[in-house]
Amino acid sequence: MQTSLPQTASLRILIAEDSDSDRLILTRLVSRLGHQVIEATDGAEAVRRFREAKPDLVLLDALMPRMDGMECARQIKALAGDELVPVIFLTSLTDAGSLADCLDAGGDDFIAKPYNRVILAAKIQAFNRMRVMHRTLTQQRDNIRARNEQLLDEQSIAKRVFDNVAHTGCLDAPHIRYYASPMSIFNGDILFACPRPAGGMHILIGDFTGHGLPAAIGAMPVAEIFYGMTTKGFAASEVLQEINQKLRRILPTGMFCCAAMVEADFHLGQVGIWNGGLPDGFLLRRAGGKTVVHSTHLPLGVLDPDHFDATLVYHMAEPGDSLLLMTDGVLEASGADDIMLGEEGVRSAVSAWGSGAGVVEHLVDRVREHTNRQPDKDDMTLIALEIVEEQEDTGFAATLGQSALQGPVQWACSYEISGPTLGRFSPLPLLLHVCTQVSGLRRCSGAIYTMLAELYNNALEHGVLRLPSEWKASAGGFARYYLERQRRLCSVEDHFIRFELRHRQTDSGGELTITCEDSGEGFDPAQTGPHKEDGACYAGRGLMLLQELADEMTINMPGNRVEVVYHWQAT
Amino acid sequence: MSEKKPHLDEEALAELRDVMEDEFPVLIETYINDSRERISALQEAIGSGDAEECCKTAHSFKGSSINIGAPRLGDICFSTEQAARASRMSDCANYLSEIEEEFRTVRELFRDRFGAGD
Repeated sequence: MQTSLPQTASLRILIAEDSDSDRLILTRLVSRLGHQVIEATDGAEAVRRFREAKPDLVLLDALMPRMDGMECARQIKALAGDELVPVIFLTSLTDAGSLADCLDAGGDDFIAKPYNRVILAAKIQAFNRMRVMHRTLTQQRDNIRARNEQLLDEQSIAKRVFDNVAHTGCLDAPHIRYYASPMSIFNGDILFACPRPAGGMHILIGDFTGHGLPAAIGAMPVAEIFYGMTTKGFAASEVLQEINQKLRRILPTGMFCCAAMVEADFHLGQVGIWNGGLPDGFLLRRAGGKTVVHSTHLPLGVLDPDHFDATLVYHMAEPGDSLLLMTDGVLEASGADDIMLGEEGVRSAVSAWGSGAGVVEHLVDRVREHTNRQPDKDDMTLIALEIVEEQEDTGFAATLGQSALQGPVQWACSYEISGPTLGRFSPLPLLLHVCTQVSGLRRCSGAIYTMLAELYNNALEHGVLRLPSEWKASAGGFARYYLERQRRLCSVEDHFIRFELRHRQTDSGGELTITCEDSGEGFDPAQTGPHKEDGACYAGRGLMLLQELADEMTINMPGNRVEVVYHWQAT
Repeated sequence: MSEKKPHLDEEALAELRDVMEDEFPVLIETYINDSRERISALQEAIGSGDAEECCKTAHSFKGSSINIGAPRLGDICFSTEQAARASRMSDCANYLSEIEEEFRTVRELFRDRFGAGD
């Protein structure tokens, strides 16, 4: 090795040259530079050799028999594909047009005859550097592409899991209208609706700080808790407490979920609302006018359980009224001039609409108009729930967690809560859970829950607290009822409510007996009526409902112990 | 061609000898054999009036001659190539005589200088 040039890696170089003496010289020159030579004497052979030997670089005579150098270069470049295989033409051509033709055919450079070994070595080296750089870039591009494909793949799998967990529940119910705009595959907004065992539904609308995957991860446990607890009969405030506690534990500091929870009870004609950090909601009256539902709480995941207040504000609601809630993406929707729609914009749009769940489409149109149909910069979610007559309610589909276990058939239990616990804890989910361990009862969990709830609410509100149900019939009384309920719950030290449950197998299925006894003074069933001013009476409607659902009902004197018997048929 | 180039390019030949080492005589022989074939090809092409074939052969012959260090022969080949491209076939025939004469000279020089070429 006599060359003074820095040593390059040994390359495989294809030399295609028909003139024997020229090929001899070039082969010798290239070999002496430390490279491996593959020889070809014409264009067709060059292409064949290229296929076989996959050389790193090609030195190609421009004029050759059986396929000239230019066609040969075209074919070699096509075969090389993504790889950069430099093609250097060997030429004694002198006119510019012919030289340009060589480049057009895919050639990268020329070497003129007679060959100069210094120039030859320098060109091989320069093109090798380019080749290596090209390969590095190609590999990096391929890596990025592969990584991206993997990411999209994982996202679509995650999306499937996510959609199964954070499904939309009963959002497709006819009296719900909603709009959700995903920013990406996952959305920082959440919108869930789930029927309650006793009728009506819970709705949760929320907006996590951030977007995409991090925000979606927070949504998963929220969905689990929301659907799980609602289905099991937990009250909205209990669901909220659980979600808050969970998010507080798992979310990093600075991440939380602005949300609103709705507990809609079509049977009672009331909606309970909790708004923590979402924009104002609106209860639009069919008769005109609206009630604004402000945010009165911090978002979910901020406060520790001891300081978290999950009290819902209850409003009377009549069929035809609509409740509208939205995430702040609606307010933040900005036009080309970067001016946001804002609270005022939303308020005037809502006022212009009037009543009815179509307000969602109206507001979305207004946002589009404002943003000039620009893509939404933030996640934007809206929902409107129209209050309907009870029978229009979609009802509670028998979707309780299906278990393959047969469960117990012959059992009895007694459960009593007393003192201040009466005001803090609802035994209904627990009792429903016990009952639905019987596989035959799982299918009728709606009826079971309704009976348990009616028995319990009557025992608590009328038996223990002695609240008159007539109060709830008027707007003023409605508020008074709930205030009084809160007040009286503070002095229940000596009171109790006791449930006794018994189940046995029968020839055709099973029989569940529920007895509910309270420490109140009781009432005279003969004088029961919705218009009785006496505070000790049961709600007439509740009793009628019980009579409808149960096969037998007995009220023991003095009216503080009610027993219902429920039969289920094996399918 | 205003000035005739030398028969042999001493510098190029010195470099070739250095590069080819033991194989230098083989190179010379190869060139001589190639050149004989090309001269026959030229004779045939000119005889049959095939300007394109004449042009191609003259072009290759030119390249090889320049590479081997025979620039005057290269020049005559270039003139032939241009004449063929312009379809001046009678000029080509004249150049062919020049080529044959110059090739003889180069061969003799090779034999005298390097004892190679036969």
